Amino acid sequence: MSDATVGQVPATRPRFHFDRWAPALLLMAAVAIYVAACVMTGQTQYLNWSNLLAVVGRSIALGITAIGQTFVILVASIDLSVASLISATAVLASVIMNGAPTMIVPAVAAALALGVTVGLVNGLIITRLDVNPLIATLGVSLVIQGCLSAFVSNFAGSVPPEFQFFAYGNLAGIPFAILFFFALAIAAFLVLRFTRFGSNIYAVGGNQDAAHFAGISTRKVIVITHVICSLCATLAGLYLASRLRSGAPWIGANGVYDLESIAVVVIGGTVLAGGRGGIWGTVAGVMIFSLIDSIFNVLGVDAFVKQVLRGAIIVAAVALYAARSRRIVG
Amino acid sequence: MSDQILSTTPKAAHTRRLPQVNPVYFILAALIVAIILNNPAFAEPAGYMNFLKRAAPLAILAAGQLYVIVSGGFDLSVGSLITLVVVGSSMLLNNDPNATWWVIPVMFGIGLAVGLINGLVVCYLKVPSLIATLGMMITLNGFAFMWSGGAPRGYLPDSFRYFGRVNIMDVPLIRMLPVALIVLITVGFVLNWLMHRTNLGRMIHAIGDNPRAAQLAGVPVNRVRIIAFVVSSLSAVVTGILLGGFAGVSTDVGTGYELQAITAAVLGGAQLLGGRGSVPAAIAGALTLTAIFTLLNFLSLPQPVRQVVQGLILIVAVALAMYRRKRTGQ
Amino acid sequence: MISTPAIEMRGIGKRFPGVAALNDVSLVCHAGEVHALVGENGAGKSTLIKVLSGVYQPDDGEIVVDGSAARFRHPVDALHAGISVIYQEFSLLPERTVAQNIFLGRELARNGMLRQAAMRAETRRVLDMFGAGKRIDPDALVVDLDVASQQMVEIAKAIALNAKVLVMDEPTAALNEAECRKLFETVDALRAHGTAVIYITHRMREVTRLANRVTVLKDGEIAARFETVPQPAAIVRAMVGRDIADFYAPFAQPDELGATILAVRGGGNAALRDINFELRAGEILGFAGIQGAGRVALGMAIFGALPFETGAMTLAGESVRFMHPRQAIRAGIGLLPGDRKGEGLALMQSVRDNGMLTSRALGSLAASHKRNRFADLGRMDALLDRMEVKAASYEQEIRLLSGGNQQKAILARWLSLEPRVLIFVEPTRGIDVNAKARIYHLMRDLARAGAGIIMISSDLPEVIGAADRILVMREGAIVAEHGRGASETAIMLDATGEKEAAA
Repeated sequence: MSDATVGQVPATRPRFHFDRWAPALLLMAAVAIYVAACVMTGQTQYLNWSNLLAVVGRSIALGITAIGQTFVILVASIDLSVASLISATAVLASVIMNGAPTMIVPAVAAALALGVTVGLVNGLIITRLDVNPLIATLGVSLVIQGCLSAFVSNFAGSVPPEFQFFAYGNLAGIPFAILFFFALAIAAFLVLRFTRFGSNIYAVGGNQDAAHFAGISTRKVIVITHVICSLCATLAGLYLASRLRSGAPWIGANGVYDLESIAVVVIGGTVLAGGRGGIWGTVAGVMIFSLIDSIFNVLGVDAFVKQVLRGAIIVAAVALYAARSRRIVG
Repeated sequence: MSDQILSTTPKAAHTRRLPQVNPVYFILAALIVAIILNNPAFAEPAGYMNFLKRAAPLAILAAGQLYVIVSGGFDLSVGSLITLVVVGSSMLLNNDPNATWWVIPVMFGIGLAVGLINGLVVCYLKVPSLIATLGMMITLNGFAFMWSGGAPRGYLPDSFRYFGRVNIMDVPLIRMLPVALIVLITVGFVLNWLMHRTNLGRMIHAIGDNPRAAQLAGVPVNRVRIIAFVVSSLSAVVTGILLGGFAGVSTDVGTGYELQAITAAVLGGAQLLGGRGSVPAAIAGALTLTAIFTLLNFLSLPQPVRQVVQGLILIVAVALAMYRRKRTGQ
Repeated sequence: MISTPAIEMRGIGKRFPGVAALNDVSLVCHAGEVHALVGENGAGKSTLIKVLSGVYQPDDGEIVVDGSAARFRHPVDALHAGISVIYQEFSLLPERTVAQNIFLGRELARNGMLRQAAMRAETRRVLDMFGAGKRIDPDALVVDLDVASQQMVEIAKAIALNAKVLVMDEPTAALNEAECRKLFETVDALRAHGTAVIYITHRMREVTRLANRVTVLKDGEIAARFETVPQPAAIVRAMVGRDIADFYAPFAQPDELGATILAVRGGGNAALRDINFELRAGEILGFAGIQGAGRVALGMAIFGALPFETGAMTLAGESVRFMHPRQAIRAGIGLLPGDRKGEGLALMQSVRDNGMLTSRALGSLAASHKRNRFADLGRMDALLDRMEVKAASYEQEIRLLSGGNQQKAILARWLSLEPRVLIFVEPTRGIDVNAKARIYHLMRDLARAGAGIIMISSDLPEVIGAADRILVMREGAIVAEHGRGASETAIMLDATGEKEAAA
C-alpha cells in the first residue's frame, strides 16, 4: 500500500548546481570588466584578435601546469612539486641542447623521463608510504630544488632557434603554444569524460573505499595521475625554456606555478576534496587569471598593488563557491 | 563483550603503564650527541646557547603554527608576515632607536589584524585555509614590496635588535643567556599552558578532530578557530622581531619559514588536518630541524643540501608516523 | 532444499593480534533463500562478511562457491565469483550519475572509450526489474536522490553484476518504515529470482518477515542455528545469552508528569511549517515519521542548529529564541546527534575529553580544562562509571570503543549539565541490544529526575516502546498525536498520509 506513495514520487530533485556554472560566469564577468576597462580608459586598440591571442598566450605555462594539477586534485591529491620540476626540466633541457638542434630530441626525451620519474616518486610516496600528498610533494619539491641549486645558480645552457618554435612559432596565424595548450586541454577532457581511466579518477577522488571495493586499483590511479601532473609540469618547463631561450633554477619558483596552478584549478570549480570538477573549469580559471593581469595593465595598476590585489582576488574567487556551503572548512 | 574492547584492552593497559615518549626527543638527543662528537665546543655554553638563539625564532613559529594545524588548517602566511614585520619595522624606525617602543606594538597590531582576517575568511567565507592563507601570503608580500618601494633600506637600530641578538653575560652556571632564549621559554610556556591546560586547548583539539561534532556540543567553533589563526600570526610577529636581530633587512627574510614551521610541527608528531599535536614536541621539532642544519654546516655540506635534507626529513617523519599509527591504531 | 548451496563458509577462523574475531564459523546459503545473520555489535558479523567479500583473508576454513573452493585475495575476486556486498556505509559516489555508479569499476567500453548509451539502457533495465525505473533517472546525480533511492541504486548495482549471492549489512539502518517495506519487497523479488541473500540485522521484525533460516553469532562463534524461523524471543536469548526482561523502561506514571517545560507555537523554517507542541517535565515525547518528514530538522530547530524563522518557543514559561546551539545549551537544552561519527564524536580525543567537551565549551576559554562549574575530571569519571562505559581507561581514544559505549560517553556530556530538555536523535542506531536497554532506562531516569525528553527515531517499535506520547510528522508538519502503546499501522498511516488519501 505504501507502494503508491513511494513508487510514484520521483526521487530525483534536479537542482541548479551553481558551482557547475560559476567558472563560466566568472570568466564572462572578467571579460566584461576587461572590455569595460579598455573602453573607459579609451584603449579600444586592445580589443582585437591579436591582443586576445596575447592575453591567452600570457598564461601558457600556468595553463599547461594547471591541466596536470587538475588530474591530481580530482583524485583528492595535490602536487606542490611542479614549480621546482619546471625549473629542473628547463635547466636540464637547455643544458642538454646547449644550442645544438640535433640534441632537441634527446633533451626532450630526458625531460620527459625526469617528469615520469618525479611523478612516480610522488605517487609512490603517497600511496605506499601513506604520506599526506601535501607533505610528500613538498618534500620532493625541496629535494628537486636542492639538487638543482647544487649544480646551477644561473641561466645554464641555451636553446637552439629551432626549439624556440614552441614558444614563438605560428601555425595558420595562431601561436603554436596556444594551439598546443588547447590540444592538451581537449586531450585531457576526452580522457576524463570518455575513458574508463577518467571514470576511475572520479571514483577514486569521490570515495576511495567505494572505488577499491569496485575493484579499481586506487593506488595505480593515483600514481598515474601524479605522472600525468609531472609530465604536464615538464611540458611547461620545456615551454619556458623555449620562451626564455635558456633555463634557470628559479623560473618555476618565480612564477609561483605550484600555488597558482592550484588556485586556478580551484577557481575553475574543481574541489580540493576530489571527485568533482573538470578541465574546462581549469581552462576558464587560467583565462580569468590572464584577464586579471590584462585588466591591471590596461588600468595601469602599480606592480606591487597588483600583487596585493591578486592575493585578495584568489581568496574572493574561492569564497564565491565556498561561502554558500554550510560545511565547516579546515 | 565486544571485539573492539577485547582487542584493545591489553594494549591500552600496556601503554598506560609505559607512557609513550614522543620519538622526536630521541632524535633530538641523538643529533645533539652527533654534533658534540663533531665539534666538542658545542658542549660549551657559547656553543649550545648560540644554537638555541638561532633556533628560537623557528621554535616560536612552529609552536604558533601548531595551533592552526591542530585546529585542522594550515597557515602559509607566516613567512610573508615575518618579512613584513622586518621590512615594516625598518621603514617605521627609520634608524631612530627611540622609536622601538611604539614600533613593536604596531607590529603586534598588524599580526593581530592578519590573524583575524585569516580566521574570518576561513570561518565566514568558508575558504579552505590553504587557499585563504596563500592569498594572504601573496598579499603581504605585495605589501612588503609596496612599503619598501621594492628596495628595503638600511639597518634596524640596536634597540630593536636587542631581542634577537643580545646575550646577557656573566650569568652563573651557564655564563651567558641569550634574550631570544628567554623569549622562547616565555612564549613556549604560555603556548603550552594555553594548548594543554585550558578549555581553549581542548576545544582546538575537538574542532580539528570533528568540527561539526564540536559545534553541536556547544563549542564556539568560529571563535576558537580565529584565535588559533591569531596565535599563529602573533607568533610570526615575535619570530620576525627575533629574526630582525640577526638577519639583514630584505624582502625575503621570511621566505620558506612557513614550510619549516610546518615541518617542525610534523616532526613533533602533529597530525595534519587536525586533532592531535603538542607544543613542547613542536618546539623539539624545530630544535631538531635546526640541529640537522647545524650538523650539515659542521660537515661543511653546501647550502642546497639543506633543502634536500629538509625535504627527505619531512617525508620520512610523516611516513614513520603513519607506519606507527597503522601498527598501533585500530 | 536443493543439493549444492550457492555459498558455503566452512569452519572460518580469523584472528587479529591478541583476539580471535571468528572461530569455526560455518554458514550455508542456497539459491532462492534468505539467510538471516544476527548477533550483537562486535559478535563478528562484519568480520565474517569481510572474509566472505575478500577484504580479509581467513586464517582457517574455506569458502565454497557452487561446490568448488574459492580463495578471495581482493574484493574483486569475490565480485567475479558472484558475491556482492551492500555495506552499511553506502559506497556510492555522490557527484556521479546513477548509471556511472552502477557501472563503477566495470564500465562498458569499446577500444577504451566508454559506451555511455549502452550503460544508460542497462541501468534502466535493471532499475525496472524491481520497479524503481520510474523513480530513478539513470542520469540523475546520486547526491540529488533521497536515502531510500540511494539504497535502491546500491541494490541495482549488485543486481547489474548478476550477483548469485547478495550480502546486505543492516540495509534498513537508514530507512524509514515505508522505505523498509519497499526494500522487503525487493528482497522477496530477489529471492524469487534465485538469488541467495545473506541478510544481516539487529531487528527481529525483519528476521520474521524475511528469513528462511537464521544463524546467530556471539563472540565470534555460532551461538545458534535455526533451520526455520523461531520465535523472536529464542533468537534474542541466543544473541544475548539470557532473557531480556524489562527491555523498555516503564511508562511515566501520571503523577510523574510535571508542568509544561517546552512549548513551540507556530514554529517554521525552510524544512518545517506550523509546528505546535508542548513537552512536559518528566515526559518522553516521541517523534515518528518517514525520512525527510522534518523530525531531525525539528530537533535541530529547537536546539538552534537550524533555527526557527517564524513562531515562538517558551522554555519553562520564558520566551526564548535560539540562533546557535550554544544559546540553547546555556538555556538547558541538549541534543544527542543521530550520526554519531559525523556529528557526535571527536574520534581522536579521549573518552574523558569527549565527555567534558560541552561543559568546557561553556566555561571561559583560558580556564583550566580540569574543572568547571558543571564537571571535573573526578565527577566525569564517576558519571562514566555509573553508566558502565566499558573502556580500558578513560584516557583511551574514543574511536576504540564500541558504538554503545561511545553513545554513553556522549550522553555523559549532557548528563553533567543536568539539562532541562534533552533531544535524542536515533539514540540506539547501530548499538547492541544490551546498550539499547541501558539507553532506554537512562532516558526514563532523566525524565523521572524532571527533564523533558524528546525522542526522534526511525525505529518505530522503539518509539512505541519508550515514548509516553508520540507525535507523527509529515512534510515538515506535525500531523497526528498518539498515546502510549499505539499500533505501528496507525502511526504509519499518519506518517505516509494514506489515511487522508483513503478518506
